Amino acid sequence: MTDFASGTLTGKNLHLSFGHNHVLRGIDLHVEKGTTASVIGPSGSGKSTLLRVMNRLIEPDQGDILLDGRSVLKDNPDELRQRIGMVFQQFNLFPHKTVVDNVSLALRKLRKLSKDQARAEALEQLDLVGLKHKAEARPANLSGGQQQRVAIARALAMKPEVMFFDEATSALDPELVKGVLALMTDLAKGGMTMVVVTHEMGFSRNVSDTVTFMDAGVVVESGPPEKIFSAPETERLRGFLSDVL
Amino acid sequence: MDLLDQLADTFFNWEEMAKVIPALLMVGLPNTLILAVASGILGSLLGLGLAMMGISRNAGARWVARIYTDIFRGLPAILVILVIGIGLSPIAREITGSRNPYPLGILALTLIAAAYIGEIFRSGIQSVEKGQLEASRALGFSYGSSMRLVVVPQGIRRVLPALVNQFISLLKDSSLVFMLGLAASDREIFRIGNDAMANTGNLSPLVAAGVLYLILTVPLTHFVNFIDNRLRTGKPEKKEPDELAAPIGKGAQA
Repeated sequence: MTDFASGTLTGKNLHLSFGHNHVLRGIDLHVEKGTTASVIGPSGSGKSTLLRVMNRLIEPDQGDILLDGRSVLKDNPDELRQRIGMVFQQFNLFPHKTVVDNVSLALRKLRKLSKDQARAEALEQLDLVGLKHKAEARPANLSGGQQQRVAIARALAMKPEVMFFDEATSALDPELVKGVLALMTDLAKGGMTMVVVTHEMGFSRNVSDTVTFMDAGVVVESGPPEKIFSAPETERLRGFLSDVL
Repeated sequence: MDLLDQLADTFFNWEEMAKVIPALLMVGLPNTLILAVASGILGSLLGLGLAMMGISRNAGARWVARIYTDIFRGLPAILVILVIGIGLSPIAREITGSRNPYPLGILALTLIAAAYIGEIFRSGIQSVEKGQLEASRALGFSYGSSMRLVVVPQGIRRVLPALVNQFISLLKDSSLVFMLGLAASDREIFRIGNDAMANTGNLSPLVAAGVLYLILTVPLTHFVNFIDNRLRTGKPEKKEPDELAAPIGKGAQA
């Protein structure tokens, strides 16, 4: 896979409003390369929006985004997103394409690989997520867990420097969650830089290097998982943890 | 002569039909197909442009598409064909040097078809989940590439039945260009049937023309049902061996 030489990602004082709705109110988030940052918090706290702002699917109103210490706000956003893979709650595989075509599409059109080369790389990625045998299937004929693993392969195929996971297991049946979490754990252990928005407190506690707790568009608390889960400082975090644990 | 015979002679006079069939097939059919296929293709292209404008973030583009669609959907086809076919004919003669009304007939049919097809495409494209565009953009595709590679192909697939219906309607509306006055070799199916009827005073040629329209449209209608079904249930999948084994196992138990 990639050599993880880069990928330190920093969001600084990020603000975003939709009309009167101030969704992000000055968020700071820092992920050191090769580490995993998880973002937890109640629904509607702005976690998913934060991911979309950090890869500029949504442009922030204010603040800065740094990749390897350099601001990327002036870059072409499409090129930035080629460097940041993203996995969605609803998988969002392309239903009109086969599994292998889902993975190879960006390789062919953006990386400009030949059809055969792109296919070979896509099959390799599918093999890594254990789904090479489903290469010619349509996404609709896969289980949710398999679809999500294909979506991960699709993102990884672009050799991103950072991977975003937006509640990647929330839409899965309970028995399928494990396989996807195991894959994410392998990636994290393999040195991928990851930002993981999750409701899986076990993953957040055991796999991530830092945990950020968001509520109502602000970072309430952040730190290493031991501190966040064992010694929360704020009432809000204590309340959240007692609700979810 | 009793009434039944009279009716049979009016509608199904085989002799009159046989006389008109060669012209229907050799002249009318190709001309109808030229009108329908050309305006179908051009109308689809223009319609796709209108659909993209209709969902554009640019309010000006949305307005242009909206007004265009309102006008050409709101007018009777025959009025558009007459206005364009007659009104623009001096210009067309200047440009093409011919009096053939087909270019203007095709233009009028195209303009009308585009308004309907544009709305069909727009509804299809808008029905594609927002996550598809988001996933494509997250991979690094531009808005345009995402639309072209991911969103529009899915949207069009969903509205293929409605699109084929539109083609059927276009095929029938192509008969209206007869209003522009056609030379003998330019006549399409309806006009040939109509002329023969006028000459013989017998309706049978028109019935023959009707049958020819049905031969063209009925298979299309069934083709719509077929693709509609296919889209709903998906391509018949090659069954996994254990899926095939299951019913056999059940049978063995019973």
